[in-house]
Amino acid sequence: MSSELIHRLHFAFTITFHYLFPQLTMGLGLLIVVLKSVALRSGSEQWDRAARFWGRIFAINFVFGVVTGIPMEFEFGTNWARFAQLSGGVIGQPLAMEGVFSFFLESAFLGLFLYGERRISKLMHWFSAVMVFFGSWISGFFIIVTDAWMQHPVAFDRLPNGQFEVLSFWQLLLNPWALLQYAHNMTGAVVTGTFVMAAVGAFYLLDGRNVDYARIFLKVGVIVGVIASILIIFPTGDLHGKYVARHQPAAMAGMEGVFKTETGAGMVLMGQPNEETGEIDNPIVVNKVLSFLIYGTTKAEVQGLDKTPPDQRPTALPLLFYAYHIMAGLGTWFVLLMVVAAFLLWRGWLYKTRWVLWALLLSFPLPYIANTAGWMTAELGRQPWLIYGLMRTSEGYSANVSAGNGLFTLLGFMGLYALLGLLFTVLIYREIDRGPEPQVPVGAVNAG
Amino acid sequence: MMGFIWFWLVAVMIVGYVVLDGFDLGVGVLHLFLVRTEAERKATMGSIGPVWDGNEVWLLAGGGTLYFAFPLLYASAFSGFYLPLMIVLWLLILRGVSLELRNHIDVGVWRALLDGLFGLASALLTIFFGAALANVLRGVPLQPDGYFFLPLWTNWQPGLHPGILDWYTVIGGLVALVALTLHGALWLVIKTSSELGRRAKGIVTPLWLLLAALTVVSLAATVAVRPESLNNYFRYPATFVVPAGVVASLAGVWILNRKDQPVKAFLCSCAYLFFMLAGACWALYPTLLPATTGSAHDITLSRALSGPHTLAVGLVWWIVGMTMAVGYVVFVYSKFRGKVDLLPVRH
Repeated sequence: MSSELIHRLHFAFTITFHYLFPQLTMGLGLLIVVLKSVALRSGSEQWDRAARFWGRIFAINFVFGVVTGIPMEFEFGTNWARFAQLSGGVIGQPLAMEGVFSFFLESAFLGLFLYGERRISKLMHWFSAVMVFFGSWISGFFIIVTDAWMQHPVAFDRLPNGQFEVLSFWQLLLNPWALLQYAHNMTGAVVTGTFVMAAVGAFYLLDGRNVDYARIFLKVGVIVGVIASILIIFPTGDLHGKYVARHQPAAMAGMEGVFKTETGAGMVLMGQPNEETGEIDNPIVVNKVLSFLIYGTTKAEVQGLDKTPPDQRPTALPLLFYAYHIMAGLGTWFVLLMVVAAFLLWRGWLYKTRWVLWALLLSFPLPYIANTAGWMTAELGRQPWLIYGLMRTSEGYSANVSAGNGLFTLLGFMGLYALLGLLFTVLIYREIDRGPEPQVPVGAVNAG
Repeated sequence: MMGFIWFWLVAVMIVGYVVLDGFDLGVGVLHLFLVRTEAERKATMGSIGPVWDGNEVWLLAGGGTLYFAFPLLYASAFSGFYLPLMIVLWLLILRGVSLELRNHIDVGVWRALLDGLFGLASALLTIFFGAALANVLRGVPLQPDGYFFLPLWTNWQPGLHPGILDWYTVIGGLVALVALTLHGALWLVIKTSSELGRRAKGIVTPLWLLLAALTVVSLAATVAVRPESLNNYFRYPATFVVPAGVVASLAGVWILNRKDQPVKAFLCSCAYLFFMLAGACWALYPTLLPATTGSAHDITLSRALSGPHTLAVGLVWWIVGMTMAVGYVVFVYSKFRGKVDLLPVRH
């Protein structure tokens, strides 16, 4: 294997595993604020306990997010040194800002939220929950700004030594790509949070325990979930897709499997892209829909891969195509399921409709898959560029770190993360099994 | 001018990290030896539980600041120290997970395993951090393109082609281990009472003696390995106040611990760490990473600095952000002040 491939896999593996945790942190952060707000307004002890229960899940999840997040900040230097050297002046900025503006806030108020409930007022505890939510969402913003600049570089100049230099701080932060991607991504995180919350509710109801809490979880999960599931397609996904089509036509062509430029392009629902023949094998196509979705008219021309020189086309075309289709397909399922569940909730039938509860329970892994596939779409679509149009991926990895050393640490991470995944599953299962009702604490740390 | 400012801002982040995460690393090392009962262990862990994560943020924020202010240094050092850094990452992961998860597990054997892991990871991290600083002070075999790659060890001699570990960097690692263990002991004296607090206070004396000896050895070794370290001091003799500060703060730890003034003794320990690190930075300035392959290959401040606009803008948000961050830190520590083992158990 080449060094380049190993360094790519190194980053891809560690970031993919890492992002399983923050998406739930960011989604749950919002939902805990909802629970705490109802508890504060109504004075209901039950909603407070529900918030405490999700606080415990949040805390475990947060720790895994933190410990798997530290390597990400280091890997720019360890595995992508030549990229880091040239880009530090630009993307080092949002990365440093994430630490300075978000992590301090988040860690301080999470400590208060988890350990300090007895030391602070109810209002202050609610405020801590809001700040934890706020901190995690700022953190997400700076990461998106970083990625968005690699996808769609703006407001930069090059110094004589080749380094990129920011020309406008605000243009960097308000990069249109970043705003669209942020809206889309954060909605995706909320979808994960709501599906997890609804699944736990469905599990308790189907199992006939913690029934009162189950209804709270289903209510909050489904109401917020139906909103988020719709928002993720329209307008956030729609707008983001149109922006990609305009600025990364090769990526869009790869995602949709458009080999040849055509007017009135159809949308491929399923099929296998065949790079050798330049066609989609076994396609199911809806005529003219793609032109309409991107340009608002069925007659518009959609640029195919044939317009892009071969050495500038996405390098893992089938993977890009599948990742995008998996994301879009699951997104459709989320809307269907959540709309049905919301309708039943409104009619008061949801808690008794077992097949929908089963569907909600079994669907909780799907947003994780959809979010992962979405990120794969974004990052594979950018290839072969590391900074779109400016720097190739092959020019960015650490040339002084050999393939063997890279492979060694990649395998090390795989082993360690397998262990972490196992631990995480056990711990979350135990929390769910314990449920929201207060018991004699198992080893709850003393309030210090 | 920008170079001077950012050099010291990054130094501030490093000092902040060492002073804050230092005591919870030290507590991690100590709890293996000091703690007798589960209640004591809970008190010990409770004394760092709400703050360790925030302390570790200084490392992340410091790394980010380094990346953005000195991209070449960040790129060269992180890739060149690839192997030890990856081990540090694994240790940080194991440590964070074992600390947090012991609260969620009530099986004695698993807890003992997690506690052991937490202590071991803490000890190894302090050694790695000390050795890392010593590596920077000693220098690395930089190539003309500004990159290098160090094996974990070669012949254990600092020379043209050293390893991460040689006799000099091992001394650095030991200084860090002892200094941070002492730092953690002083923290425990503040935060715990009764038997545990007395034991923590008792262990300060032997640790202090060891640290005093190691400090002298490490300073002498630094001058021997890299005589240029003294250049800045002789050029600006007033800066000998820094080594004097090392001696004074170390003496302060001894005296104030004897006088039962644990908070002041802890602050003296903070000052000791500050003076040691500031002294090391000043010994390097304006070099960031010296080359064993000849000073022409040094990574210097001017060579590694980001563009002027980047740095000017950065200064604005950095000051705003860090002011807020210090505010949270003060707020959280004030909310959790006082002894931990006198509090009722949380339900």
